Amino acid sequence: MPKRTDIKRILVLGSGPIVIGQACEFDYSGTQATKALQQEGYEVVLVNSNPATIMTDPELAHRTYIAPLRPLYLDRIIAREKPDAILPTVGGQTALNLAIAAAREGILDKHGVEIIGAPIDVIERAEDREQFKAAMLEIGLSVPKSAYCRSLAEARAALEDIGFPVIIRPSFTMGGSGAAIAYNRAEFDAHIALAMDEALDGEVLLEQSVLGWKEYELEVMRDGKDNFVVICSIENLDPMGVHTGDSITIAPAQTLTDKEYQRMRDHAKMVVSKIGVTTGGCNIQFAVNPATGEEIVIEMNPRVSRSSALASKATGFPIAKLAAKLAVGYTLDELLNDITKVTPASFEPSIDYVVTKIPRFAFEKFRGADDTLTIQMKSVGEAMAIGRTFRESLGKAIRSLEQDTYGFDWEPDEDAGEQVERLLGRPHPRRLWYIGAALRRGMSVEQIHERTKIDPWFLTQMRLMVECEQRMAEGAKGTLPDTKALRWAKRSGMSDARIAQLRGVSEEAVRSRRLQAGVRAVYKRIDTCAAEFPAHTPYLYSTYEDEDEAEVSSRKKIVILGGGPNRIGQGIEFDYCCCHAAFALREAGYETIMVNCNPETVSTDYDTSDRLYFEPLTREHVLDILDSESESGTVVGVLVQFGGQTPLRLAQDIEAAGYRLLGTPAESIDLAEDRERFGKLLARLRLHCPRWGVGRSSEEAFSIARNIGYPVLVRPSYVLGGRAMEIVHNDAQLDRYMRQAVRASPDHPVLVDEFLPNAIELDVDAVADGNECVIAGIMEHIEEAGVHSGDSSCSLPPVNVPARMLEQIRETTRALARELGVVGLMNVQYALRGNRLYVLEVNPRGSRTVPFVAKATGVPYAKIAAWVGAGQTLAELNVREQVPEHVSVKIPVFPFRKFPGVDTILGPEMRSTGEVMGMGHDFGVAFWRAMMAEGSGLPLHGTACFSVGDDDKDAVIPAARILHERGFRLLATRGTAAAFRAAGLPCDVVNKVAEGRPHTVDAMLNGEINLLVTTMGTAPAEESFSMRRTALVARVPYFTTTSGALAAAHAIAAAHEGSPQAKTLSLQEYHQAPAFDPDSAPTDRVGYR
Amino acid sequence: MLSDRDDPLHRPGPDAFGDRGPAYFGEGVLALADGRVFRGLAFGARATVVGEVVFNTSMTGYQEIITDPSYAGQLVCLTVSEVGNVGVNADDAESRSAGAEGLIVRSLSPMVSNWRAEQTLAAYLESRGMPGLAELDTRALTRHLRRVGAVMGALSTVDTDAERLVAMARDAAPMEGRGLAHEVSTKEAYGWSRGTWGQGTPPSPDVHVVAYDFGIKHEILCNLVDQGIRVTVVPSTTSVDDVLALAPDGVFLSNGPGDPAALTDVIERTRDLLHRDARMPVWGICLGHQLMCLALGGKTYKLKFGHHGGNHPVRDERSAAVAITAQNHGFAVDAESLGTEVEVTHLNLFDRTVGGLRVRDRPQWSVQYHPEASPGPHDSQGLFVEFAHAVRSARAERVGSS
Repeated sequence: MPKRTDIKRILVLGSGPIVIGQACEFDYSGTQATKALQQEGYEVVLVNSNPATIMTDPELAHRTYIAPLRPLYLDRIIAREKPDAILPTVGGQTALNLAIAAAREGILDKHGVEIIGAPIDVIERAEDREQFKAAMLEIGLSVPKSAYCRSLAEARAALEDIGFPVIIRPSFTMGGSGAAIAYNRAEFDAHIALAMDEALDGEVLLEQSVLGWKEYELEVMRDGKDNFVVICSIENLDPMGVHTGDSITIAPAQTLTDKEYQRMRDHAKMVVSKIGVTTGGCNIQFAVNPATGEEIVIEMNPRVSRSSALASKATGFPIAKLAAKLAVGYTLDELLNDITKVTPASFEPSIDYVVTKIPRFAFEKFRGADDTLTIQMKSVGEAMAIGRTFRESLGKAIRSLEQDTYGFDWEPDEDAGEQVERLLGRPHPRRLWYIGAALRRGMSVEQIHERTKIDPWFLTQMRLMVECEQRMAEGAKGTLPDTKALRWAKRSGMSDARIAQLRGVSEEAVRSRRLQAGVRAVYKRIDTCAAEFPAHTPYLYSTYEDEDEAEVSSRKKIVILGGGPNRIGQGIEFDYCCCHAAFALREAGYETIMVNCNPETVSTDYDTSDRLYFEPLTREHVLDILDSESESGTVVGVLVQFGGQTPLRLAQDIEAAGYRLLGTPAESIDLAEDRERFGKLLARLRLHCPRWGVGRSSEEAFSIARNIGYPVLVRPSYVLGGRAMEIVHNDAQLDRYMRQAVRASPDHPVLVDEFLPNAIELDVDAVADGNECVIAGIMEHIEEAGVHSGDSSCSLPPVNVPARMLEQIRETTRALARELGVVGLMNVQYALRGNRLYVLEVNPRGSRTVPFVAKATGVPYAKIAAWVGAGQTLAELNVREQVPEHVSVKIPVFPFRKFPGVDTILGPEMRSTGEVMGMGHDFGVAFWRAMMAEGSGLPLHGTACFSVGDDDKDAVIPAARILHERGFRLLATRGTAAAFRAAGLPCDVVNKVAEGRPHTVDAMLNGEINLLVTTMGTAPAEESFSMRRTALVARVPYFTTTSGALAAAHAIAAAHEGSPQAKTLSLQEYHQAPAFDPDSAPTDRVGYR
Repeated sequence: MLSDRDDPLHRPGPDAFGDRGPAYFGEGVLALADGRVFRGLAFGARATVVGEVVFNTSMTGYQEIITDPSYAGQLVCLTVSEVGNVGVNADDAESRSAGAEGLIVRSLSPMVSNWRAEQTLAAYLESRGMPGLAELDTRALTRHLRRVGAVMGALSTVDTDAERLVAMARDAAPMEGRGLAHEVSTKEAYGWSRGTWGQGTPPSPDVHVVAYDFGIKHEILCNLVDQGIRVTVVPSTTSVDDVLALAPDGVFLSNGPGDPAALTDVIERTRDLLHRDARMPVWGICLGHQLMCLALGGKTYKLKFGHHGGNHPVRDERSAAVAITAQNHGFAVDAESLGTEVEVTHLNLFDRTVGGLRVRDRPQWSVQYHPEASPGPHDSQGLFVEFAHAVRSARAERVGSS
């Protein structure tokens, strides 16, 4: 069938902010789908609340709405844009849920809009576990014993049949959110309550646990003519019981005979056809009993998923692009395989390498969280590695994590034999390395298998890797291995860094010896067909073999280093910047070469750059690529300022190897990061910064802190995302911190900074060409200084900062750019206290806010920075600062719900995973919309509860007053209530949790509170912990800063005036509106402070 | 002529790291007639063999591949990089002793992990007298074969003299003109009663099919049995009279190795069979398909490097449905050479070669690919149902009319 001509305009739903379980893979899929549909001549209307995405770039779609993914807003957008169809299958679970909600509310029928990709009944059949189970039984497939329940009583009855351990899952969630395993009655009751809350419709599924069974996944596609293909088989290294997103996974499946694999394929085909996925990609998960081969169907996702992204990157088959084309009527045989250009898409990729995906966790950010891996996903990112053998790919996967591990090099503490054994049985983020330790201690593969249930095949391969390391270590310390040993080690996936470690030599010594011995990486192509047909796509990975397929061009080329696996503090924003750099430099006529190892991203799409190296971002691999690319043509330079901290860490090595960094030189990066040198620079420019000192010992830190005066901000040097950063108020807190921080980073000193209470923090993004500097955007943080900039909400432009202060900020930024010799992007963080401007930090690189600024202003600053890096001037590019008339608000989203027991209070350590954006003609409207997009929303009426620290009592009164004037009932704990009454505000009193019942938590659980404002002041966090945690679980919008409360109050007031019901505009419309020069920008914006 | 990659230091020897897992016993060499030499580590049988070097892109089913008699006279390079992981078992063999001459893999598994496994791949190869070679750049070999086409090669696990092996490869007779079916065919007729794996007890048979064995795969027999067919397998030299004397309800022409055009006696018998009884269902797979073409007056030709894999899309030209198929052939049917009484029913979408044909108005048809798969997807298993249906109709007609 050719494409449909009865539809012209298609609305594509995005997946919203990056959260655990839903990351940039949906930017990849949404971007591919949007591009494919536009190329087919359809008009795409795109809706997403996440500004840090490529898919929301205004030039990609016909119309782009950065709007909350909620039925109300969807309704308005449909009314404005009148699409013929909605494609919900490339936006993850969020998009599917929104489609279902819109259908249930009658919005689709009202506007006569059709769902394409997966009709509503198909989504329901796949997602509703009871329907799914019935469907599976009908076609004769086995499923785990299960029961659906709506109450604790029903659940207890069902448990009788199923027995312990039992899996508890809410329906309609992604990333296994709310899912848990219960081993006893107490756990059972607790998990049921949590799951009922999490489920979209209050329904919860109990399921027989098949812990320890092997887990497989098939990524498949089906078209409207019932053509079915398997794109990729994936085998989980971690057995059932660990969420796929948290498992190490391998493609292709390694331990199935053809008979078993084909049976699984047959079953997948039956499942897809029974559920009725007619057009697109989906995945089916199976569990297999390793002793008997018994196979059961676990679940299927009727949409493009995280594993689809992985399968796409693992095979070179663009699943999302094809899914979009199938959704508009094409069949697989009508479409060509992009890579071979001659064979049709109706085939199954054959791969002649092994792919390993490894998750990256961030438990260190969430004190108190249990790091046991279960069926609820907890990882924040992943890396993928490709090798010709499993060993090579696992070795590369380990170092792709960028966690300073280069092999099986983590040794548990001395005498921890018992601990090693114990930790093997419990799945946790470092289990892989504990297996290495167990092997070194002589534990057998059988013994480890017994404890971990990991297939002996994988364990044996790990044993060979460990043995290879041991043999390497047998060589005399300080000597270099011979050619034969080197070659075999490289073929076994060992890194230069690990060899260096084991022989007690430098990595550079290993590298030179290796190159001199002719042991060089060669590059193979990912071609979907195991070399059966010529590949036209330079999608490459390294290995140690004979033939090199790099076919390096003779062009002028620029290498762009990506950001590696997502982590807190370094996520999609940096991938956005890397992609823009690639687009810009390709336009400028350079050959663009991307290096990255994150399979979720747009940057690792083979058509984002001219050439793609799917490789770990380590010194070894990057230098290998640069050496190879230099064999022909000219490597004009390497871009390190777009991928976050990852490439920056390599800047000096790249320069030392004789390659040129594009843009800001490594020297300036170092200057900005080195506090001593940077302090002198600020002094020279007569700029203020908080007083600070470098504590190289505990004593030194104490004396600096006392000298500055508490509270002080302490952190280890050279970290991103405010890792281990804390505000301490006294000696005791500092003492506790020093013991932890020193352990966290032994080689680096501790920085002690003056903390500036109640200061307004500002983020400034700018682009400079070494001569001129243009301000891209000034963002005012809503939270006071002290909350990590990545965790702060902010508005662009600022609404509370006087024009003359803004002018001073501009001047200061320009001076800093000049002094640092910035070429490209720069981010400066300021604190404004009274009339004094403090410089907190300068980062001469792309920042987290670059995509937000680009979406707010309509100017593609990342592209501009790339052009500037390649030698153009800002004047040539005609770039000037533009202050938009509308206001844009960015609000972060946090993964706290995934980590029970973790405090949600914001602080200097970054913990958000993503962000949403709201836009409007004034701040209140923009903030309201951003809150809606974030998920909590804000109430229009009801009860607002306040419990604030003594220092905050005066500051919070304006917010309370606004809410009172808008008809809210005020409720407060005693001290706060007294302050309110003194200010003439009527107020009811509620107990603090420690004061007896009923207290604030009771009131929240009873649904009596619609908005919570709680600040800590100097009181210990424990006092108010349960209040914050309950607000989170009970989904009560809450604010932990007075400025946040004020912003919310203004947003509520704006909503009362009816303005949010005003126009929902597209990004394109916002950008068409004339912007102001900084001089003529309005000075009468409605502020909230 | 030696390749520049011939430096022994360039290779991990058995004395280097990592030799403790796999059953490598020394160095091995693959030498091609065009002078290209690949060195690796030896496993399996200690032997020197010659054959046409081909690559197979299936990602599963190495045991089925190496025991497929269609690979007689060939050295098979598997493109999938990890091989031997699931060992071998008695059920998954496609023949008792025939199959490939030698096996070439990138990485041999150091151990076996599968509940069905009974033996390691290395031990199995040894028991079948088949040498194996590992740790060479199989992708480079595959790309070489793709560029130059299938080429003769010599593989040795006992002789590392590359020049001698290159000479052996050059002296070897090319595949064109070699009829190998008689060599691998059974010498005695036999029956078959086992069905396919995991399908339980097959139905009791109610029709009878005689299958010509030109190198027949067990899985084809299993699939016929699954359809309630009693199967008699007969040697490739069996005359049509002898076949008809067995009173079959249908005749099957099997897969097999070598150049179909060289089997002039078989082609003659097939022509005889097709013309003897216009109502007798005759179905051919792979070599059987090529024989059908030749018997109908068509021509076959050698493909550059053949089709060997499990991911080839084949479109049924009548329904436009696309099946993913298992393929294993070095020769193909020339569509232009077929007469008007023959219809091309299936098309290989990779290279537009003939995937299937049928004689108009007669129950005689054939496919180039392998509906029995093994290894490969089961998308085309329905063809066995079709055949069984045709056989039953023919029988009903005959019984009714007699």
